[in-house]
Amino acid sequence: MKTDDLIASLSAGQPAPQRKPAQVLALALLAGCICAAAAMFLSIGPRPDFLQAADGNWRFLMKFVVTATLAASAYVLLRRAIYPEGLDGAPLWVILAAPAMLLAAVLLELMLLPKPDWGSAAVGTNGFYCLTLIPLFGLLPLGFGLWAVRQGAPTRPALSGFLVGLMAGGIAAAFYAAHCTDDSPLFVALWYTVAILVLAGAGAAAGNRLLRW
Amino acid sequence: MASEEDGRLADLMRAALRGDETAYTAFLRRASEITRRAVARRLRSTWPSGIEDVVQETLLAVHLKRHTWRTEEPILPWLGTIARYKAIDACRRRGVRVEMPIEDFAEVLAGPDATQGIEETQHVEVAVGTLSGGQQRVVRSIALEGRSIGETAKALEMNETAVRVAFHRGLSTIAQRFGRQT
Repeated sequence: MKTDDLIASLSAGQPAPQRKPAQVLALALLAGCICAAAAMFLSIGPRPDFLQAADGNWRFLMKFVVTATLAASAYVLLRRAIYPEGLDGAPLWVILAAPAMLLAAVLLELMLLPKPDWGSAAVGTNGFYCLTLIPLFGLLPLGFGLWAVRQGAPTRPALSGFLVGLMAGGIAAAFYAAHCTDDSPLFVALWYTVAILVLAGAGAAAGNRLLRW
Repeated sequence: MASEEDGRLADLMRAALRGDETAYTAFLRRASEITRRAVARRLRSTWPSGIEDVVQETLLAVHLKRHTWRTEEPILPWLGTIARYKAIDACRRRGVRVEMPIEDFAEVLAGPDATQGIEETQHVEVAVGTLSGGQQRVVRSIALEGRSIGETAKALEMNETAVRVAFHRGLSTIAQRFGRQT
């Protein structure tokens, strides 16, 4: 086929304009949050002392700050990843904001907590739930996110999928945190990190296949 | 920062996005020239017959992804990134090594086009052959036989919207399958 003929047929067959990719991504974020919230409230529910804990327990609040920051920073980068040239020169380091906060919280906890208690605080009582429920709550946000990025034109599919996984992990972990009674930063650094990285790894693998065009 | 060339090309695309077919044709012509020069510069010695394949894959990708150009941004970096993405993908499938700095797309604008005469390939035909029946009839009619949407609708006894949708889906499938047919 001649390139000129291809051009002619492309101009003749203009389809209806598509929705802006940034809007699609925002929609996916919203849908992901709703689904993760619904999954949490309809299954395990928030912990009974949620309101007391939310009132001044810095360890409890830290969980939301860290997870929400992770989701937000991944979203900010994804807003660039949906354009072909979007990630060129993008400030990828913003994704380190949440880990940096968590690290600071861990150091504070190590100062506050007597050494013999470190082990039990890190292992906690809900490790298994954390490892299964965060990836489960994150499945739909991950799916929506991948679908949304697919509507764009990401040129770094694995990295984009990884970011979608981090966003889904942040959302899922924030809602899971409302249930979990293990508030120590040591617990969060151990279990949440693994659970979120499971989603991020799945996102990278899926992105590598699904986000090519 | 955006060059004059970028401004002209961006104007054409803005008009095209408002539904101006003539502007869109002009845009695609110019985009194909720019892409051909940049790609030729890198592939002339390693895979000359692949140049036009990459140009056509790029045009198709530009068409299918044109909603990802932000109308207030320069357009050459957008085009260049898509062309590089397609070139690297095509070369990887072929096992050809390629380096394609994005600066190529800013530099290639000057100078004569030394790549005339290679503007026909069997690339699209092969990919069209892998489409399912309905999509294949529509894409064949419009892209290979040069019929309009209206004529195709009449010939295949479909309505025009259905033809447009089938054509668009068919092109998306082709873009996915380029070089992956077995």
